[in-house]
Amino acid sequence: MSAFLARARRHVGFQIGAVLLLLFVGTALVSVFWTPYPVDELAMRFKLRPSSPEHWLGTDHLGRDVLSRIMVGAQTSITVGLIAVVLGMTVGVTLGAWAAARGGWVDEALSRTSDLIFAFPAVLIAILITSVLGASARNAILAIAIFNIPVFARVTRGASLAMWSRDFVRAATAMGRGPIGITLRHVLPNIMSVLIVQATIQFAVAILAEAGLSYLGLGAQPPVPSWGRMLRDAQTYIFQAPELALWPGLAVALAVLGLNMLGDGLRDLLDPRLRLMRVG
Amino acid sequence: MSISRRHLMGVGAFALLPALGPEAWAQAKDRLVIGMSLEPPVLDPTKNAAAAIRSIACPSIFESLGRIDRNGEIKPGLAESWKISEDGKEYVFKLRSGVKFHDGEALDAAVVKFSVDRLFAADSTVPAKSLYTDIEKVEAVDPTTVKVTLKSPNSYLLYNLSLGDAGIMHPKSAATNDKKPVGTGPFAFKERKEGDSIAIERFAGYRDLGDIKLKTIVFKVVKDPSAQVSALLAGDVDTFPGFQAPELVDRLKKDNRFAVVVGTTEGEVIMATNNGKKPFDNLKVRQAMAHALNRAELIDAESGFGTPIGSHFPPHNKAYIDLTKTYPFDIAKGKALLAEAGYPNGFEATLKLPPVGYAQRAGEVLVSQLGKIGIKVSITQLQWPQWLSEVFKEKNYDLTVVAHTEANDLDRYARDGYYWNYDSATFKARWREVVAATDFTKRDELLKDCQRIIARDAVNGFLYQLAKIGVWKKELAGMWENDPSPSADFSGVHWK
Repeated sequence: MSAFLARARRHVGFQIGAVLLLLFVGTALVSVFWTPYPVDELAMRFKLRPSSPEHWLGTDHLGRDVLSRIMVGAQTSITVGLIAVVLGMTVGVTLGAWAAARGGWVDEALSRTSDLIFAFPAVLIAILITSVLGASARNAILAIAIFNIPVFARVTRGASLAMWSRDFVRAATAMGRGPIGITLRHVLPNIMSVLIVQATIQFAVAILAEAGLSYLGLGAQPPVPSWGRMLRDAQTYIFQAPELALWPGLAVALAVLGLNMLGDGLRDLLDPRLRLMRVG
Repeated sequence: MSISRRHLMGVGAFALLPALGPEAWAQAKDRLVIGMSLEPPVLDPTKNAAAAIRSIACPSIFESLGRIDRNGEIKPGLAESWKISEDGKEYVFKLRSGVKFHDGEALDAAVVKFSVDRLFAADSTVPAKSLYTDIEKVEAVDPTTVKVTLKSPNSYLLYNLSLGDAGIMHPKSAATNDKKPVGTGPFAFKERKEGDSIAIERFAGYRDLGDIKLKTIVFKVVKDPSAQVSALLAGDVDTFPGFQAPELVDRLKKDNRFAVVVGTTEGEVIMATNNGKKPFDNLKVRQAMAHALNRAELIDAESGFGTPIGSHFPPHNKAYIDLTKTYPFDIAKGKALLAEAGYPNGFEATLKLPPVGYAQRAGEVLVSQLGKIGIKVSITQLQWPQWLSEVFKEKNYDLTVVAHTEANDLDRYARDGYYWNYDSATFKARWREVVAATDFTKRDELLKDCQRIIARDAVNGFLYQLAKIGVWKKELAGMWENDPSPSADFSGVHWK
């Protein structure tokens, strides 16, 4: 652990990523208890105001405080992103580990299925799911989770297969341990670092996907603030209040940049020999 | 090598400029590019209900017996005069003589009979069929006389026969009018570029050719409001007769090349309410919601464009009465009524929104306004096909926001199984009197009564009348500032 911290101290990208992530999570946490203004308070008389001491980031087309909405928007992003990644990861890791442990037709079937899902553009799948099930934050989570499954399945399978050929795993097999026991005790703990890195990167992808779906009207439903939705609304007022598009855009960019830098940093720090292929 | 080639191309372009200049300038004088927000699926108003068809083809391509003028009054169209019998059941139309279709066919009483017969026939698939079902029979008395006999008097018949929905079509071309429309109007269909534009051209065989100044009209589809502004500013489009983004109007007002004219439409924006579903079947609940509406705030969200309404009736109509004070904005009263209705802590409801700007904006404002009397509203955004099936057909909704743009659409409140699930014997009786009235002063009084009934019953949340925002180049004359019907008449439009 101390060695990790010592290396982290020299890794600038990791530090920037960590700071941005802290800012992102911090904003979301603060917004649970406090925002400068009630997030849904309409004040038509003050609509489309530029930045001022009262409204640091100005107000939107319904006179709502943009800073408050950006803060609560962080909550939406984290909720959707986190649940989607955890769901996708749980299913994906299970399937990937099963494929590696069992091999044979199971492996073949799972690999080809994940190839099939990869062949479709992720956003297209998401649009398909949300238009069939209806637009809501829950269905957006589901859609993002589904295209996370093959990502984790593939990474888990690849890393696990390498483990299965290692001597200590062979020894465990020779001692008569079953595949589930070996997977839980030897394989998964040893590929944890790979999964953490992948999860960080997928979190960034999920936030971007949530913003994209909300922009299309398929994510969190108004008046719940969401960065993608704010961008969509701002587009209409681009001639009058261009800064309205700037703030949510900047928020998405910083959150995604932060998570990506953190992910890259973690990869370098946890296993310098590892060079993961970026998927998604 | 590359430098010299670029150089040559530059010379070429300059050499061409003087030659193109004057010609392009002269062309601009009789060519008009009209911007449209929506693309029509087909071009035949008897095959599809889309308003975009009417604003392109009626009456430029298809003419009707009467013609609705810029004040909403009925003027002679293909019929130069008509007589209505004492009992209101017989209409005798005298047709203009010498009228030709774009393909050279002549118009006569048999053609009119064919067209009107199609509207009310038992197997008719015309979207506006219900407007014409009071017709019993149509007879061609002689080549220029048509007699229409009704089962019962219908005071809206003349208006309905003047709508684009009753456009006169020739038996030979009726089947192909959706792709290649052939009518008698001042403009003939030229070409359609799917997803981009539709061009029509002055018809050389038109009866009053001298009055038609424009030679070509191009309808260009630009869906995104910001792109519409860019198209206007760049000069790609000369006008948006119905500009749909009130929030961008200020940007256009700043540019003195354009005239921005605010007129009225027949479009009532309402918070449609499912009267057949709990708890909205309870009058007290609907009254409580009516008290929660702050129309000033809703109109503010439309950048101030719109006139508050208290019933389902356009303020520019002679028979309009102001009913916005039936249930005035009063949160305490709203809460009290909800408590009386048995919902002291309010309830939860969903608001299903179609993908249009005014609905999206009104939606968020309504969530806040209804929230103040304790109704927790959550929004679901739908695409138009979903909205049409879930809300309009299956009536699977609590609340929605939509503009009803048809003229004389109070009859919806008398229809069985319409998507509001409103069923009032009082209203139905009164509406039957309206339709049967032969005296128009008396009809106006009855219409006022109809407005009062649905306002009192708080059938829907009556929000505001859509404004028509017309934007056009200042040199353009003759554009209509109001939309008295879904059609758009460009026959008097010309460049100054």
